[in-house]
Amino acid sequence: MFFTAIDYWIFLEKAILILAVVSISLVIAMYATWAERKVAAVMQDRRGPNRAGPFGLFQPLADGVKLFMKEEIIPNVSAKFLFVMAPALAMITALMTSAVIPWGSSVHLFGRDISLQIADINIGILYIFGVISLGVYGIMIGGWASNNKFSLLAAIRGASQMISYELAMGLSLIAVLMMTGSLRLSVIVAQQSEGFFNWNIIYQPLGFLIFFICALAECNRTPFDLPEAENELNFGYHQEYSSMKLGFYLFAEYINMFISGVVMATLFFGGYDIPFVNEAAWGNHWWVALLGCGMLMTKALFFVFLFMWIRWTIPRFRYDQLMNVGWKKLIPLALINMVITAAVMLFFSK
Amino acid sequence: MGVTAILFWILSSLALLSAIMIVVSKNPVHSVLWLILVFFAISGHYLLLNAQFLAIVNIIVYAGAIMVLFLYVLMLIDLKKIVDPQRSLWIKLVGVATGCCLLLVLIAALSKADQTTALTQTIGGNIGLVENLGKILFSEYLVPFEISSILFLSAMVGAVVIGKK
Repeated sequence: MFFTAIDYWIFLEKAILILAVVSISLVIAMYATWAERKVAAVMQDRRGPNRAGPFGLFQPLADGVKLFMKEEIIPNVSAKFLFVMAPALAMITALMTSAVIPWGSSVHLFGRDISLQIADINIGILYIFGVISLGVYGIMIGGWASNNKFSLLAAIRGASQMISYELAMGLSLIAVLMMTGSLRLSVIVAQQSEGFFNWNIIYQPLGFLIFFICALAECNRTPFDLPEAENELNFGYHQEYSSMKLGFYLFAEYINMFISGVVMATLFFGGYDIPFVNEAAWGNHWWVALLGCGMLMTKALFFVFLFMWIRWTIPRFRYDQLMNVGWKKLIPLALINMVITAAVMLFFSK
Repeated sequence: MGVTAILFWILSSLALLSAIMIVVSKNPVHSVLWLILVFFAISGHYLLLNAQFLAIVNIIVYAGAIMVLFLYVLMLIDLKKIVDPQRSLWIKLVGVATGCCLLLVLIAALSKADQTTALTQTIGGNIGLVENLGKILFSEYLVPFEISSILFLSAMVGAVVIGKK
């Protein structure tokens, strides 16, 4: 009698949504590898991949097939179960963040209001933090289970880097939370979607800058890619990995990039809000939601492009520089930003 | 059985199994990984009690930060060189006895607890939501909250002082 009270359609609805979000993330990650090579080529005055298909568009497929066909090597001295599990963990934590992101306003289909958010929980931002803090395990366990000194060094570097930058990231977000007064991502987007001048970036430019730098560090992107520094550590934490297990690590990085772009767009750039247009006046049609979703994707992909631009422009930090930037520059800056925000809010509320 | 009861049994068995595996595992790194699983199961319990803030903070702080530091230290130690110390039979027996005593005390304490009021407080209670928790912490429990934050600060200063040596 208890089970009849459940609305069973919601399972189907959420399953389809999860499937769509995961597959879109994977496809975007695939083409991000292609885009990365094209961006690199343009910046270095080369042509980039141009053999497979028009503009080399089939290159990611060829790469995928290559990775699948490679021989799978599991080192004899490795901790085998953990060695296999680590890339899967990296992939899972990369994909899990997408669960709380509002991908668009709700759609009215088949007589039901379908929300384009997998889980609208009221601790949305904290959930994202939880998943980010778990992201270390993929790298750490992989590096340790390989039983290789270079991998272990890279894993430990990665772990300390991620823990250091999580702090500044959290502090920069507290200022945003003070302004919105909610941890719920759907509320944060709804507050921003009233107009371009409600976007958080206008009130929190410094907070966004800190968040962006920390996102670069959390994704292990240049100039913060110390865990994969080739000239010091050979190949980093995935030294011993081959075949699709290596592919998972490389893929997870691109998914992380895309998802962190989406998070930045959601928190600071109005989420699915279309700037200078009052889309709420168009009514509750499915194409309005789809347009909003497209807008969010455009914003996120711009950030992915920005990540690539930075990668091919700025050289890598030295390790002590990385730690100095994190602990001695970003954390105090984030604290100052927080205090100023609180003071201004207190001043205007009186 | 409702959905909550089924979830409760799954989470409880997961927590107990992982907790046993922490003790049984020979490799300290495996023990830490099982401990992380225990934290996840406990967070699930918090969610069932509608204490969302506690659940996610448990994950962020314990699974995300403290356990990473545990792993960090363990991975730097060459585990093969450390031979498992052979404990005598007497020490093992004393360990079992003290464990049983703790279990007895816990059961005795729980059997006296007033279950009916506890049930009404937790089921359908909203005290665990961020908003309510924050309001109570910063009004009713302000002094203990501030004192604990000073405790944290002194611990941080202590860690920095030791690290500087």
